[in-house]
Amino acid sequence: MAAKWLRMLVPWRGGWTPRGKEPRPGCAEEERHVRANDRLYNDKFSYADNRIKTSKYSILTFLPVNLFEQFQRVANAYFLVLLILQLIPEISSLSWFTTIVPLVMVLVITAVKDATDDYFRHRSDQQVNTRQSQVLIQGKLQNEKWMNVRVGDIIKLENNQFVTADLLLLSSSEPYGLCYIETAELDGENNLKVRQALTVTSDLGADIAKLAEFDGEITCEPPNNKLDRFTGTLCWRGNKHPLENEHMLLRGCVLRNTDWCFGLVVFAGPQTKLMQNCGRTTFKRTSIEKLMNTLVLWIFGFLICMGIILAIGNTIWEVKVGRAFWAYLQWGELLSNAVYSGFLTFWSYIIILNTVVPISLYVSVEVLRLGHSYFINWDRKLYYGEKDMAAEARTTTLNEELGQVEFIFSDKTGTLTQNILIFHKCSINGTTYGEVYDDFHHKVNITEKTPCVDFSFNPLSDPKFRFHDSSLVEAVKVGEACVQEFFRLLALCHTVMPEERSEGELVYQAQSPDEGALVTAARNFGFVFRARTPETITLYEIGRPVTYQLLAFLDFNNVRKRMSVIVRNPKGEIKLYCKGADTIVFERLHPSNEDLMDTTSEHLNEFAGEGLRTLALAYRELDEDVFGEWMERLQYASTVVGNREELLNELYEEVEQDLMLLGATAVEDKLQEGVPETITCLSLANIKIWVLTGDKLETAMNIGYSCNMLRDDMDEVFVISGHSSLEVARELRSAKERILGPSCAKLSSAGKSISSSSDSVFEETIIAEYALIINGHSLAHALELEVELEQVLLDVACLCKTVICCRVTPLQKAQVVELVKRHKRAVTLAIGDGANDVSMIKTAHIGVGISGQEGTQAVLASDYSFGQFRYLQRLLLVHGRWSYRRMCKFLCYFFYKNFAFTLVHFWFGFLCGFSAQTVYDQWFITLYNIVYTSLPVLAMGMFDKDVNEHFSLRYPSLYRPGQLNLLFNKRKFFTCTLHGVFTSFVLFFVPYVLCFSAVRDDGAHVSDQQAFAITIATSLVIVVSVQIGLDTDYWTAVNHFFVWGSLAMYFAILFAMHSDGLFSMFPSQFPYIGLARNALTQKSVWLVILLTTVVCIMPMLAIRFLKTDLRPSLSDKVYLLQKASRRQHPQEQSLKRVRRTSSRRSAYAFAHQQGYGELITSGRNMKFTASASTPNLSAPPSPALSPPAPVQNMSCTGWIGTWGGGGEEELGDVDSTGESPGVTDDGAGKTPTAEITA
Amino acid sequence: MMASSYNAKEEDGHHSGAVGPGGAGTVKIKKPDNTAFKQQRLPAWQPILTAGTVLPAFFVIGLIFIPIGIGLFVTSNNIKEFEIDYTGMEESSPCYVCAHNYSWNNTTPCICLIPFVLDQPFESNVFMYYGLSNFYQNHRRYVKSRDDSQLNGDKTSLLNPSKECEPYRKSNGLSIAPCGAIANSLFNDTLELIYNFPNGTTITIPLMRKGIAWWTDKHVKFRNPGGNDNNLTTAFAGTAKPLNWGKPVYELDPSDPDNNGFINEDFIVWMRTAALPTFRKLYRIIQKKKDNMMPTLPQGNYTLNITYNYPVRSFDGQKRMILSTISWMGGKNPFLGIAYITVGSVCFFLGVVLLIIHHKYGSRNNNADIPN
Repeated sequence: MAAKWLRMLVPWRGGWTPRGKEPRPGCAEEERHVRANDRLYNDKFSYADNRIKTSKYSILTFLPVNLFEQFQRVANAYFLVLLILQLIPEISSLSWFTTIVPLVMVLVITAVKDATDDYFRHRSDQQVNTRQSQVLIQGKLQNEKWMNVRVGDIIKLENNQFVTADLLLLSSSEPYGLCYIETAELDGENNLKVRQALTVTSDLGADIAKLAEFDGEITCEPPNNKLDRFTGTLCWRGNKHPLENEHMLLRGCVLRNTDWCFGLVVFAGPQTKLMQNCGRTTFKRTSIEKLMNTLVLWIFGFLICMGIILAIGNTIWEVKVGRAFWAYLQWGELLSNAVYSGFLTFWSYIIILNTVVPISLYVSVEVLRLGHSYFINWDRKLYYGEKDMAAEARTTTLNEELGQVEFIFSDKTGTLTQNILIFHKCSINGTTYGEVYDDFHHKVNITEKTPCVDFSFNPLSDPKFRFHDSSLVEAVKVGEACVQEFFRLLALCHTVMPEERSEGELVYQAQSPDEGALVTAARNFGFVFRARTPETITLYEIGRPVTYQLLAFLDFNNVRKRMSVIVRNPKGEIKLYCKGADTIVFERLHPSNEDLMDTTSEHLNEFAGEGLRTLALAYRELDEDVFGEWMERLQYASTVVGNREELLNELYEEVEQDLMLLGATAVEDKLQEGVPETITCLSLANIKIWVLTGDKLETAMNIGYSCNMLRDDMDEVFVISGHSSLEVARELRSAKERILGPSCAKLSSAGKSISSSSDSVFEETIIAEYALIINGHSLAHALELEVELEQVLLDVACLCKTVICCRVTPLQKAQVVELVKRHKRAVTLAIGDGANDVSMIKTAHIGVGISGQEGTQAVLASDYSFGQFRYLQRLLLVHGRWSYRRMCKFLCYFFYKNFAFTLVHFWFGFLCGFSAQTVYDQWFITLYNIVYTSLPVLAMGMFDKDVNEHFSLRYPSLYRPGQLNLLFNKRKFFTCTLHGVFTSFVLFFVPYVLCFSAVRDDGAHVSDQQAFAITIATSLVIVVSVQIGLDTDYWTAVNHFFVWGSLAMYFAILFAMHSDGLFSMFPSQFPYIGLARNALTQKSVWLVILLTTVVCIMPMLAIRFLKTDLRPSLSDKVYLLQKASRRQHPQEQSLKRVRRTSSRRSAYAFAHQQGYGELITSGRNMKFTASASTPNLSAPPSPALSPPAPVQNMSCTGWIGTWGGGGEEELGDVDSTGESPGVTDDGAGKTPTAEITA
Repeated sequence: MMASSYNAKEEDGHHSGAVGPGGAGTVKIKKPDNTAFKQQRLPAWQPILTAGTVLPAFFVIGLIFIPIGIGLFVTSNNIKEFEIDYTGMEESSPCYVCAHNYSWNNTTPCICLIPFVLDQPFESNVFMYYGLSNFYQNHRRYVKSRDDSQLNGDKTSLLNPSKECEPYRKSNGLSIAPCGAIANSLFNDTLELIYNFPNGTTITIPLMRKGIAWWTDKHVKFRNPGGNDNNLTTAFAGTAKPLNWGKPVYELDPSDPDNNGFINEDFIVWMRTAALPTFRKLYRIIQKKKDNMMPTLPQGNYTLNITYNYPVRSFDGQKRMILSTISWMGGKNPFLGIAYITVGSVCFFLGVVLLIIHHKYGSRNNNADIPN
């Protein structure tokens, strides 16, 4: 919760990290000692209490702290310096208010925003801190506010309550001291997780007296932010008990399915892992922002140049003219030095000309970005209905960069694919099922409308399961042994946990979606997996309950690539059921299976060709004697301490021999909706998409084909999978030669440092389409050993249309992104959904998180998040493009208007003796940027669009200018500043020529300085308003209101400022009294204004017209087309549906990881409640097996690993590249919920 | 934030009541509102620069500007203006002596007479200006060297002028009224115009010294301390005259209490600083004679009678006297008319050029070459 609202409330900068006060700053806590029920003891260490404080300010500290923070920003500090300069009377060329008014406005706006943020934080803190909890104090349970809970207290939690602090679970209402928690707030996973109390403490139960006496002492690690790790020991009654994450309930979790539990507070308040995890560290800047900063520096340089020129001018003037003029204008004695006067003039001009970089620029840019972010958040077309998830711009500073992306790095699972697996086809005993044929034996394409098999005969079937081939059901009904055995295997050999909420309503908790899919398939075909205990598995085989005794569980791991169970059926036969990777299973088949193996192998190839994930199934019947003997050895082996794993593996190997092949399954890894179309569209926009996945090569390629990234008509697909750097280098070089032709390749390899520009020339000229697929271990060689190789890799990769990196570790993902970032000046975007993508998301310029099946780790690390991959298209091509365009137009105009405004002073300098006299009224200078011209340009930056969203998506090439940085670059900047200079020149000199002898129509002169000022100021406001009118392509009511409103505002303020009333109140601040009345009623003044406006605008109009007429950009053309088409029929043309061309590829995947088996056999996660229907529990217990059998005494790390492991990525044999082996650091893995949909 | 009513219009192609982990029937609270603003569908006018809009604009501007310009030019040409430089730099000039015997503190005024001839009669009201060149009335230190509060009659400012007036703030411990460099350098030449009848008699032409300042300046911005009706001598008691002035501010026009002190119009006009180093300021108005049909200034010989007080020689300044009539658009200003004619013609010409370019090379709806 905290994390969530924190992010909501810090949209502006996002850079602030809430951290609690360290108890003793400077001396870090090295180890934590907590004694239960002993506040006195614990107080010695002054641990943080459970009060959280995410707010930054209190009422007293707000003003100084907030101001201090604000002045740390360069811009604000700069304006403060200017303000100070203005207070020096010799320098001050402007009144103090010209700077202080904008500055104060900016400061106030920011402060108000900070204050509201902080107010909400206070309120939310307050709300959280005053939650009630039951604390054991002096032998009694008392209600306490959360904030009064302290380390060492024992707390009682009830079902559905939030966990108060980081607790050590002592006891719970459930057997074995288990308790269930939901960690959605913490890591985004919304499945239940199990925590278990130590046996010694779980015996305490709910006995208050015993709990009150409990005086165990915990020694543990200091507070940290690792959610999946905890190490410590509990010392109680002289015994030491190791503590692990499994024993901890972390703050932010919710207790579920557990009536009550007791916990001992270990970390409280700001030291809890939740709070330690809040906040983000990385602060990304867009390239435009960087460019802007450079330009601002240039402008400062320019400013100083102008200052110097004018200062020199002043020195000369003082010497030549000024001295002679002393009769009328004396300097003080100190100031009679011309050089000194020049020096002062320099500063005076710095003050006057500072408006070329107005403070409102920074504020406006922030406002625009915030607005653009809100447009993303509000977009219904980025809203994912199924999950009720709207897109979210989590960072508000990157929007315009969305319009410049050149490289997309995408995760596969959960990003391109749905991570939903569907039992699609199978091959049983040499027959394939799953195809649908029509009456003429033609294959029918399966669509939504294809009739589904009716599973109504099976009351326990899953209504969401869809299968189209009825012959398989027939086969089951007829009672074909092989088919039945096939499904029996699927129903028995897995690690799924059933949950029967009410009679017949089964829900499977599967560790990986594949398994869920298979078990569900078996369920629908009449082999319903209904219940399991540590020793038994109960199936309903076509309506009949059958209980199998689970004798052994040979679990899956990455090396074995298979899992087996040994069960005894009611008849007393012992059978081993095995499912696994085809190559692995085929090796272990009985020789008699050869024919079947060939047929099945063919089928497997077929399945793989369709992009399906396949598994081979086999069984073996075991002799009682053989098994008994093997079991004994297994039990012995499992007690061995040293090389237990090895021994167990050998034993498994031994029994998994002479298998009889049953068939194979084919599970579809469903692509997310619209993925191929999106990828096609994005590549048309010239965005290169690289897929970085932990999957195996074949799987990755398969997905590549189904996503339309790889096509059969590609010229060549290079597969780099060398195991040594030499091999990799050779493969890469040859690939490069193949693409460029040998001569070019030699050229570029000979001249080592061939410039990247020539490379890009190559890139452009390559017409043929290539694809590069590189394996993780090869990538490691390419990335780490030689710099040169890295360059070759990048060259080749950039020459290829498609790049797929498979079997990469999370770190490598980041390295690849880093590689591109380093060598290409391109904007990179990383998109992913899992914890394994976090590093990549953080590394890329823009990180996009898909909130998928894998929790929200990626989302929390991302800059943008939404529900589906296909939204990327809209985010980039529509929002990104618009944002970029708007920001560029905004900046161009902004620089233009300020140059036009400010440089008038420069020209005037030559005519006023370089005395830093301003042309305008000081109030005009104060208000120009914040009132007269800010809103129209903001409206343009907010709403402007040229091509509407449909056309943006239809013509992806419209995205190109962003990538090439065409709309705002240094050249553009020069153009618009030049435009500004020209305008300022006209603005000054046209009135100069026309006014110097101008006379009112009543004879009084109007060539005075004030009338001159008002003429120029009015012309300026009109000219920039007309200019914004020309720049605005999309005139909404808001634009109209702002443009006309600003003009009206100008005149209203003008007349107000020049009114008698204000003057009579502050005669010295409003010396322009009556000017507007006197000057603006003159026809000649208006004639001058009109002329100036026309002279300023017409050339621009002509140039712009010529540009669009002679060399229209694509967007101009599309724009015209759009206008034309609107006049006809606003018909929406959707993108042509891209169909992938089918191709045969061998694919294999077993998205699975180590871990569940032991938990099942140990039975610790079984819940023996009266309501749970566990039929046949009374069946005679197995004589052969002593409960919680073979693997029980293996440590619990496997269990933790299940939750903490690295997702689907099979990293077992990938070189560990810096990541700590074993439990990965990057947090949570997959959500083991299977969803079977069609 | 409720948007469920829009479910029927779902645009994202999803079946409502979808199957997600949240289960069917989840209330879609996060669905963004379907408002034109939030969905960026605000109705808008999308102008586009086509030949159909741009070219006519050029022609229209050309066609409007040229007549305006001609009108302005003709009007300007009808305005009669006569200018005479009386700085006295050349030895031949009658004012040469005065110009070279300059001293601020001269008690005896130096008078020089400059004869001139008006070739044409000046009809209607004639305005008499003095012009100064090379006089930096727009210098920052000069411009700010005044105290508007003081000039507005504020008592405290009168006795304690703003620091901006330095070094013209105090004189011998008394505060200067009016303070500051602008006031100090008040133009103090006196110009008189004498018409020499062909028969040899001369007549001094009556010059209106009131009505030369802006109404707002005279009635709002400038006020004597203690109101305009008071005895100015007492009102200004305790103040000193500006250093260069020969007489205190309350003696600027002793004859007319409505034109004395801070509200002396010559003073007000001077205090309205000029934008450029070369400027002219209205000095007097010669009103049209009501009764007879004679022009205000008939053609013939005149003598300009100058009481030469104002030194400009030190900074190479020039002093001029200008006589001018005015029109609806103000004084003589041929540049405006010329500028209008030029801009109008350029616009028209540009329109023609653009039309040719557009016809020859322009792309009219060449959508065919849009890729993909």
